[in-house]
Amino acid sequence: MSNLLSLMLQGTYTSLKIFFLTLIFSLPLGLLVAKGRMSKNRFISTTVNVYIMIMRGTPLILQLIFVYFAPYYLFGASYDRFTAVIVGFVINYAAYFAEIYRGGIQSIEVGQYEAAHVLGFSKLHTFTHIVFPQVIKRILPSLGNEVITLIKDTALAQTIGVAELFRVAQNAAARQFSTTPIFIAGVFYFVMNAIVSRSFDHIEKKLDYYH
Amino acid sequence: MEMIKVRDVKKEFGELGVLKGISFSLHEGEVLSIIGPSGSGKSTLLRCLTQLERIDGGSIEVCDDVMATTDDEGNVRYSDPKTLQTIRLKLGLVFQSFNLFPHMSVLRNIVEAQTHVLKRSKEEATEVARTLLAKMGLGEKEKVYPCHLSGGQQQRVSIARALALNPTVLCFDEPTSALDPELTQEILKVIKELAREKMTMIVVTHEMNFARDISDRVIFMDDGLIVEEGSPQELFVNPKNERTKRFLQRYEQ
Repeated sequence: MSNLLSLMLQGTYTSLKIFFLTLIFSLPLGLLVAKGRMSKNRFISTTVNVYIMIMRGTPLILQLIFVYFAPYYLFGASYDRFTAVIVGFVINYAAYFAEIYRGGIQSIEVGQYEAAHVLGFSKLHTFTHIVFPQVIKRILPSLGNEVITLIKDTALAQTIGVAELFRVAQNAAARQFSTTPIFIAGVFYFVMNAIVSRSFDHIEKKLDYYH
Repeated sequence: MEMIKVRDVKKEFGELGVLKGISFSLHEGEVLSIIGPSGSGKSTLLRCLTQLERIDGGSIEVCDDVMATTDDEGNVRYSDPKTLQTIRLKLGLVFQSFNLFPHMSVLRNIVEAQTHVLKRSKEEATEVARTLLAKMGLGEKEKVYPCHLSGGQQQRVSIARALALNPTVLCFDEPTSALDPELTQEILKVIKELAREKMTMIVVTHEMNFARDISDRVIFMDDGLIVEEGSPQELFVNPKNERTKRFLQRYEQ
């Protein structure tokens, strides 16, 4: 039993690594993608739009397989499975985050930009100090949804052979002829998401000082 | 001394001509009111001065700096970004809808541009802000967020925010149109006080009595043109133009 638990903790560690690495890269990348989507340059905005459509329009599981196997079939190059998982998750989540950012950015009143302009703020300062802090507050609930989904989506990493929590639980279940490890995994996911959702509640409360 | 020189300014939105050749100048210490029906181009004119809109013809000069000129072929040329920034900071603008930054305290709303644009020290900027807040009767409110203030208080903060950059000219774009009648009075009082201190101002307003009381000069605009211009006495008591007369009659009823 203690052996099972230590295996599952290892699996959890892998899942959390996928989770955090995906967030660290896809949150900033998503902002860049959102900027591209809103670009006045038709070529950039169309390209980015096609990318977003593909990411949101096809299953993540398929994207993971593609990211891992495509370089091999196209160029004969193979690379680390874990890296492939991170790349797959990051480009997928960046697309979703981008649309959330875009909604937030477009909901900021024109007057905010106009006031900043008249006061002489640079475009960069206007974005970083006036617009973006307000965007964060507005998109927090949708962001929370997406982050909770990400915790559960990490289970897809096993598709290309990365042994995260769910895979470890399935293996153990097969060895023991028992579904118990799978239900334990369920509890693990639940606890992780309880922490995520508490954290988001906390941040929302902290940003509650204005509306 | 002429603070603002506007010559034959034109502005179109698509096919629609909003400003059809506006010329006027503003002198130091002068209070100029612009009145006229909705859609006459008053606000657009103010927005062209404060560079929120680009003009499609004519020229604008602010304190001997050229903002934009038009050559003989009709091409509008704006000055370099540095000159435009200099001009931008010489003109303060108070919006109809306040446009305070909701995520910043009242104090920070007034400090932010001073430290980031004028590069004042935080201490100096805070002192300037506190002095202005006291003057606006909001000394107690510096830590409060805009959402907890009345419309009148928010507008006073936004006046303080504009004044903090020491503008040469302060522009008001219908500063009381979003306010209840009682709150309107508190804003008008502040503007009157500024007029008494010889602040150079342009006020776009629908408050005719107020325009008559504080202005040195009044411009009546209609359909993108200046129809009549003169002292409050001339314009309100003896308007010469038929359109001015009709417009003012509607307000007297």
